[in-house]
Amino acid sequence: MTLLGAAVDYIAQNPRLFREALVTHLLLSGSALLVAAAVGIPLGAAVTRRPRAAFVALNGVNVARTIPSLAVLAFMLPFLGIGFLPSFLALAILGLPPIVTNTWVGIRQVDPDAVESARGMGMTGSQVLRRVELPIAVPVILAGVRTSAVQIVAGATLAAFIGGGGLGDFITTGIGMMQVELLLVGAIPVTALAIATELGFSLLERALTPRGMRES
Amino acid sequence: MTWVIRHADDIALAAWEHVVLVLVSVAIAFAISLTVGVWISRRPRAYAVVMAGTALLYTIPSLALFALLIPVVGLGRPPAIIGLVAYSLLILIRNIATGLREVPADVLEAARGMGLGRWQLLTRVELPLAMPVIVAGLRIATVTVIGIATIAAYINAGGLGALIFSGIQQQFATKIVVGGVGTAAMAIGVDVALTRVERRLRASRA
Repeated sequence: MTLLGAAVDYIAQNPRLFREALVTHLLLSGSALLVAAAVGIPLGAAVTRRPRAAFVALNGVNVARTIPSLAVLAFMLPFLGIGFLPSFLALAILGLPPIVTNTWVGIRQVDPDAVESARGMGMTGSQVLRRVELPIAVPVILAGVRTSAVQIVAGATLAAFIGGGGLGDFITTGIGMMQVELLLVGAIPVTALAIATELGFSLLERALTPRGMRES
Repeated sequence: MTWVIRHADDIALAAWEHVVLVLVSVAIAFAISLTVGVWISRRPRAYAVVMAGTALLYTIPSLALFALLIPVVGLGRPPAIIGLVAYSLLILIRNIATGLREVPADVLEAARGMGLGRWQLLTRVELPLAMPVIVAGLRIATVTVIGIATIAAYINAGGLGALIFSGIQQQFATKIVVGGVGTAAMAIGVDVALTRVERRLRASRA
């Protein structure tokens, strides 16, 4: 309890330092998630019509998934050096797999009858995608975005290792100097942030599920 | 490349430490999950509570979880293993419980009718039938733990992550690549091997 008090004291005494780390963490995660979604959803949707491209993309994404987050961040170092940009790029890459996979799965799961009848109504391929397939796939796609968001928020903690800033800075400094209260200043807020991300996206998922598809 | 050849034994040692860390963690997690999974498989309310709890653990960023364990158990392997066990629980318990729940009711009925006791029912009917799903859980958990274990190097648990960290510190890309590729290769190897086991189990049960 006294440790927790010391951590709170630290934040109270260094409000700017804490705010800066928090803002960096949020900016890093937010921008990486946006880019991952902006690339991942179109990519996942594009390969649904091309089985061979889908095979390559999904397997590629699965192999990429096995590379540990730490290594993805560290790989940026030789090319982009340290700082915000390499961290952002690494996190966007880390966020890609769940979004691509879920977009593909979500669209593939759409009832072929629904697609058939949309075609019968005279919709073109891209109209079917935008007006029928994507809306029906929204819950599955958003589940992918949620997984990706939680991974990115957690991964952003590791940005501290390549000078990207964020809440991980407190943890690494705390471990480096063996100051337990300092590592709590990073660890507790980042945990809260990850849980809030998970819950927030679950709510969003529910809100954006087309009304006819909600379970209750 | 010459660095890799010259330090082959260091790399092998790091890989070995990594394997031990992963095996010990997954083994402990599996023992816990088997007990909990069997217990909650027929108790929907307990199942929901355990799933929510382990999902919460799973959401905690790994560096934060390791850091939070330092004041309690210090540095080194103990906090690393506790953290890695914590991350495996969600996947393992979920798959064990799901596998057991999917055993058809009429099969259970028939086995009971043959006079099997609860323990015999579990070990001779339920667990064997649930095995493919349990192996799938084991596969996903192990692959996940292999990746997260790299971060445990920061709290002095050793392994391939130590190579990545020293590569970052010395701005030496080769170390980073060896650590990263080594970890990925290990994960892919486990994934391929256990997928094969899973398929064979499914085929023998079909």
